[in-house]
Amino acid sequence: MGKFKQAVVRDLPEISTASLPDIVFMLLFFFMVATVMRKHTVMVENELPVADQTEKLEKKDLVMDIYVGKPSSRYKNIGNEAVIQLNDKIATLEDVKPFILEQRAATREQLVPFLITSLKVDKTTNMGIVHDVKKELRDVHALKINYTTRQGNVLTNNR
Amino acid sequence: MRRSRPSVNAGSMADIAFLLLIFFLITTTIQSEAGINRKLPPPKDDIPEGFILKRNLLVIELNSKDEIMINDTIRKLSELKRIAMNFIDNGADCNYCKGAKDAHMSIHPDKAIISLRSNRDTGYDAYINVQNELVGAYRQLRNRESMRLFNISYDELKLQYSKTGEIAIKNKLKTIQEMYPEKISEAELKQ
Repeated sequence: MGKFKQAVVRDLPEISTASLPDIVFMLLFFFMVATVMRKHTVMVENELPVADQTEKLEKKDLVMDIYVGKPSSRYKNIGNEAVIQLNDKIATLEDVKPFILEQRAATREQLVPFLITSLKVDKTTNMGIVHDVKKELRDVHALKINYTTRQGNVLTNNR
Repeated sequence: MRRSRPSVNAGSMADIAFLLLIFFLITTTIQSEAGINRKLPPPKDDIPEGFILKRNLLVIELNSKDEIMINDTIRKLSELKRIAMNFIDNGADCNYCKGAKDAHMSIHPDKAIISLRSNRDTGYDAYINVQNELVGAYRQLRNRESMRLFNISYDELKLQYSKTGEIAIKNKLKTIQEMYPEKISEAELKQ
């Protein structure tokens, strides 16, 4: 009997966690590389519709973002109608033109023709406000636009 | 007797790394930005209605219930691409088109205009769906012609151009674009 006693007393060997930091670092580096920091705090509901015939928006510094959607739950005091957000604040339709001109002035002259407006419109928005924004853009000759979407099959684009 | 050197305790390294990891996890938006590129018409540039033959015009209407009407009949979204392609590629007077050469549809892709009308109450998602299908129709036709002429798809050419920026590739792209110019007109909204 005494023969086995020793085996009962001995602890299980501890699992080495020395490689844990390596694994975590690997994940960390992946996320650091893949991260695109949000440019703005989006104050409107902004679930983009899906599309599959898309083109990538390159040259991030030449993209002007216009968000359209209903105010998100924190900003319900503004109302329930779809609104426009430029930079970090809710704006009105009249602010679109100055916004574009301002962005244009901040860009080097030879790059101005490559400026592109990215319309980030919530999918539950109606076309009326989108069309109003487009009309403003036409008036200031900001003709290159991009309907920013998520990747996906359009046949599943239901509300 | 050999003494082992004291090792630095690396146990907290994992904690620090986790902290950073969680920070990046939260701030990450992995989706790269992509979307449908469009070019708006310059201001005060309406279609010269009088010059367009009816056969060269495909009217797509989106009503407030998000229904798609093509030439006054309600159609499904899944049919839209095929209808648009048949219309553009009909080519009664076009030597590279492979369409039916129907007498009621477009003469030439260069003449074919798709008019997209929407209502103020149309949903944005319905509108994007239609835009997506129309872009898809043009893209498929362009890919086909590009395969025939240059033995490489239009998408592939575009990718090459964005990487190398060669003039030769740009000219090829231009050739294809001229064969199937995207002519989507968006009329003013109806109330």
